[in-house]
Amino acid sequence: MSDVVERTLTALPSLLSSDPSPGRPSSTSKLGTLIRGITELTSKHDEEKLIQRELVSIKEQVSSPNTTMRQMKELMVRAVYCEMLGYEASFSYIHAIKLAQQGTALDKRVGYLAVSLFLNESHELLLLLVNTVLKDLQSTNLIEVCMALTVVGQVFPKDMIPAILPMVEEKLNHPKEIIRRKAVLALYKFYLIAPNQVQHIHSKFRKALCDKDPGVMSASLHIYLEMVTEKPESYKDLVVSFVTILKQVVGGKLPIDFNYHSVPAPWLQIQLLRILSLLGKNDRSTSEMMYEVLDESLRRAEMNHNITYAILFECVKTIYTIHPKAELLEKAAKCIGNFVLSPKINLKYLGLKALTYVVQQDANLALQHQMTIIECLDHADLIIKRETLELLFRITNGQNVKVIVEKLLEFLRHSKDDYVTIDLGGKVTELAEKYAPDNSWFIRTMNTVFLLVGDQMQPDIPNSFLRLLSEGFESAEEDQQLRLLAVDSYVSLLQEQPARLPQRFLQVISWVLGEYSSVKEGLEPATVLRLLAPLLDLRHCSSETKSWVLAAMTKLSAGPACLSVAQELAERHGGSLDTTLRQRLHELQHLASDGELLRRVLPCSDGLEPLEVDSTLSFLDGFVSEALAAGAAPYKPPHQRQEELAQEKALSVEPYGLSLPLSLSSSSIAGRLSPTVLSMSSGLSGNSTELSPKGGALRLEGVTRVWGKEGYLAKAALKPEEAAKTEVPCPLSVLQEGGSAPRTPVVSLPAPAPGPSLQAEREKQQLASCLFMGLGSQGAAGPCLMGKAEPTRHGFRKKVKGQGSSSGARGPSGDSASSSPSPLSAQSAMDNLLCSSPLDSGSTPSPADSAPSPADSAPSPADSATSPADPAPHLPHDLPANNRPCDAQEDLTEDTDTSETVVEGNSVAVVDPYDPEPLCLSPHLPEELCGLPRSEIRPLCRDASLVLSACCVRTDHSSLLVVFVSNASDSAARRFALQMTSGDLEVSRVRGGPEEEEEHVEGHSVAVYQYSLVPTRPSVHMELAGRASYQRPDGEPQSTPFSYGLSLPDFIRPLSVSTEEYGRLWLASSNDIKQNLALLSQEPDPLRATLHRLRDRLQLNVVDIIASEGIVACQLLQGPPCLMHCRLNAGCLAVWLRSSLPELPDCLLYHCQRALAQH
Amino acid sequence: MRFMLLFSRQGKLRLQKWYTATAERDKKKMVRELMQVVLARKPKMCSFLEWRDLKIVYKRYASLYFCCAVEEQDNELITLEVIHRFVELLDKYFGSVCELDIIFNFEKAYFILDEFLMGGEIQDTSKKSVLKAIEQADLLQEVSVLEPHLASLVSNFKDVNKLTTVVVLTVL
Repeated sequence: MSDVVERTLTALPSLLSSDPSPGRPSSTSKLGTLIRGITELTSKHDEEKLIQRELVSIKEQVSSPNTTMRQMKELMVRAVYCEMLGYEASFSYIHAIKLAQQGTALDKRVGYLAVSLFLNESHELLLLLVNTVLKDLQSTNLIEVCMALTVVGQVFPKDMIPAILPMVEEKLNHPKEIIRRKAVLALYKFYLIAPNQVQHIHSKFRKALCDKDPGVMSASLHIYLEMVTEKPESYKDLVVSFVTILKQVVGGKLPIDFNYHSVPAPWLQIQLLRILSLLGKNDRSTSEMMYEVLDESLRRAEMNHNITYAILFECVKTIYTIHPKAELLEKAAKCIGNFVLSPKINLKYLGLKALTYVVQQDANLALQHQMTIIECLDHADLIIKRETLELLFRITNGQNVKVIVEKLLEFLRHSKDDYVTIDLGGKVTELAEKYAPDNSWFIRTMNTVFLLVGDQMQPDIPNSFLRLLSEGFESAEEDQQLRLLAVDSYVSLLQEQPARLPQRFLQVISWVLGEYSSVKEGLEPATVLRLLAPLLDLRHCSSETKSWVLAAMTKLSAGPACLSVAQELAERHGGSLDTTLRQRLHELQHLASDGELLRRVLPCSDGLEPLEVDSTLSFLDGFVSEALAAGAAPYKPPHQRQEELAQEKALSVEPYGLSLPLSLSSSSIAGRLSPTVLSMSSGLSGNSTELSPKGGALRLEGVTRVWGKEGYLAKAALKPEEAAKTEVPCPLSVLQEGGSAPRTPVVSLPAPAPGPSLQAEREKQQLASCLFMGLGSQGAAGPCLMGKAEPTRHGFRKKVKGQGSSSGARGPSGDSASSSPSPLSAQSAMDNLLCSSPLDSGSTPSPADSAPSPADSAPSPADSATSPADPAPHLPHDLPANNRPCDAQEDLTEDTDTSETVVEGNSVAVVDPYDPEPLCLSPHLPEELCGLPRSEIRPLCRDASLVLSACCVRTDHSSLLVVFVSNASDSAARRFALQMTSGDLEVSRVRGGPEEEEEHVEGHSVAVYQYSLVPTRPSVHMELAGRASYQRPDGEPQSTPFSYGLSLPDFIRPLSVSTEEYGRLWLASSNDIKQNLALLSQEPDPLRATLHRLRDRLQLNVVDIIASEGIVACQLLQGPPCLMHCRLNAGCLAVWLRSSLPELPDCLLYHCQRALAQH
Repeated sequence: MRFMLLFSRQGKLRLQKWYTATAERDKKKMVRELMQVVLARKPKMCSFLEWRDLKIVYKRYASLYFCCAVEEQDNELITLEVIHRFVELLDKYFGSVCELDIIFNFEKAYFILDEFLMGGEIQDTSKKSVLKAIEQADLLQEVSVLEPHLASLVSNFKDVNKLTTVVVLTVL
């Protein structure tokens, strides 16, 4: 007992001193001393010294074993304070965790707080916290549970979520609402950092939504907002609930506790409004359910307080987002008006913002407030000013572009914020390209942008600008004028102060001068060279810029005058440490002295001549086969390599991860001529014929085609003006349009005011008439003041964008001396492909598309080339190996009905790249194999007398490799033998055993060998290496190696099962992967179309399609089944593959992606 | 909400709470730059800022600036009210709060903030229940240093401090 008393007595003083009334600063505490110490100091240096001393003393104490938890708490608070001042106290992190672990009550709380302040989600020490959290979640003490949930919601390692998830879920049923609320918020946090971890507990979210405590319910709305944002169509059934809740809240049915300044639960209201706006977007019937409650909200929120404005603003946003209703729009427009006209600056700002948001639907609203907008344009607060400019940017058209761009540039001149500068630079460029009234204005504006934005500018701006100059638009005369103007202005800029120009601008200047200075008559190349030469001396000039300058000089270096400049330069910079520079100097010098060579290397061409690029890298075939013969390992595509790596690393935790094939195609669109993509195809097959139907074209599977020959394909319809006219038929705007059509957009002058102010007023009026010109009366063919019509200019930008690769501008120059790879040439190859691409023909629906049956689908030539075992091999007749891309188109349209081709088989002609004359081998196909699906016959190898070709035939239960040995010579090949090996396949001779007697192949005959192939393990592509050996008539042994590439679909067979069996198999399979696949969304029934595509291309069996889900089954030849579950999910197909074989789903998925990417 | 900062007119950071994982270096840089931007603004100016890719909502109370960074689609006005509600809570807890209270008891301010916002979202809009949660935890701390059976003794002793709920808590 005395012990207890003693402890009580020692505890009491500290209890009393620990500031019983929380408001008073504790004067005795060490923290207090520290803080006061710091405030007394005057210099930063002293502060630093003091803190360092403090940190040393904290460090000493925390590591001492005698420190009690209570003292530890105090120390942690001090450490947190030091960290807040910007000094590192990392030594205390581990002690913070210890405090959270071992402390009690408030000590523990400080421990948790310190942890959440010190560490962020990825810190490794957090792992040590997991156990503590687990323990506290299980505690019977509510406060400890609260603390644990709070810290989980603040900072928790992503990987450890599964460890505590069940415990947090359990808390959703806790009797105390505060615990339930915190648990919901913790789950919200989990959803944010790792959405798929909580996917399975969506039903519990619904329960939380129906919780009897409004606090828990509103907490669950955070999760719903996220989920609805991601996938609105899945939550349409909840609209009624949300509307009901909102109705109740607005009607004041909640406990008074939830009122905020006598407004019922404003946070809840706003959250609900946001969710509703997402659900009602582009959905008429859903929107109709909300009209009433929105009207009610607008009506109720009338009190003059910030919080009601917040609700009003959200209401307005919602009304303009969902399917429009005239009555509501009218009210919302009035609200916006009130905001804009409000004397409160915050409301004015929001009013402008709302105006910016709605001006695309209703340009008249901007007209109504034009005077206010003009005032805001000169507002002292830059934020208001910038928002106004944003608004102006949205209402720009061909008539007011000059004034608006001038305003934007003015702001740009004074802007100090990098983000703003970059943003505005991009906007001005966009406007200039879209609406430029004339050439000289365009060049002037762009020069200003280049000067003002400088080197921070988005790299695609200079690129698109240069592209514009080089490609031009309709009239050649205009193009020349544009170039002339550019050259003129650049020459004068260089004559003035080249040192002040930003790097990017210098690059643009040098390129333009290099290309087009010949346009200007009387401008000697040597003069330009002398103008450019000083740039090399500039200190701040980067070596990249110097390369541009030198490349330009090289293009111009013709004639003796230039030679002297070149030599001079070579002397001055020849000793540069930069090798690129030296290399270029050397080139310059060389080409300047040899005019003939210069003309050959850099031909002067006016137009844009796309370079032909052999993207299949067929010229490397020889090298590849040589290397293979010499024992080099065959090339493995990145996909396969990664797979192998992943197997070593065991578990991959990320389902729905980014798939590799997709990233491959994205790298090719990025302009980098990705060697991996290309060599993958050529390397696998061992020769390039596989790709031959595509000829010199870049492969484009999986690339969303945003830009076509005619310009931007999809988004064009979404440009502000068109959107106003076409997208949402807004009743209100129609109404107002009708009313205001005869009225000029300029407001009438107010009553005369006294002198100076009248003057100012007049100016404003004038400005207003300039700014709002052409607005509102858009459809009504307003007079075009600038003389030049817009249409020509519209083409301006469209041609330009989308080619934004960093060095894209060099391409059109034909600058073969440039050492950087020229993506533009590849791009132009791409352009060619666009005209012939199967994708384009896909837009004109062929009858085959709508009637899905296996033989009916019309696989493109590209397809049959890449997957050799396509069921319908229909190689176009006489297709030359080095195909021109446009041929493919014709063949495709001819071959809509391919089933015939398959059955006859005879019409198929095979191209031997080694031999100009095609050989007809299909008649030699064994009778029993005729009519079965097979791949094209491809040559394997040849020598002086023998030619080996092969194809792969699929029967129901096997895959056969049929090898044709044709002897074209007069004499027989004796003791002919074939040996084949493969790491992935089991190869066995079909007729007779593998050790069969050696045979003879008579002269002028064809011998046929059949081999059965069984995959030992699935792999994306499989390689078969073989050797043909025989004796020539003179007795000399002869042997030739060959290889044959196969892919997984050759060994996939449909698996017919019933839905029930499927269910059983599903549960029995364990290895699964999930992935989102592209959907054939242009089809009327995307899911069905996509699954049928997979069925036709990959021989999968579509077991069942139920609503938005489908199940598909297939089987590896003599191997296990692979099951696929597909679900429509936010515009893509979420597939889930399972098989008992770990590699199979992965490989199959790869081919699914391929099959869907090819059109 | 991405983060919340409290800093003084002199540019001293008083409180910082980050709701998204941010590297320490970036935090420091952002705090420094943002303080500069906000402190340079005049009193009558708009409370909203577009800064970098963030939307900043700030408000000044006496010598303290409260500053929140929110997402693009978040409602600015309601964020302003979040700040205001936080100030109300501090005021109620400390009893006419001043900057010094927050400096010397910053950990308490953090506790209040944690009860009010969780994971960057508002957790409890009711002033009463936030403070109740805080007080409960405070009381627990004060009695936990004693043996449980002495709790009632203390509650009598400190009756002035309205320790009426203390018995319930100590049983736990």
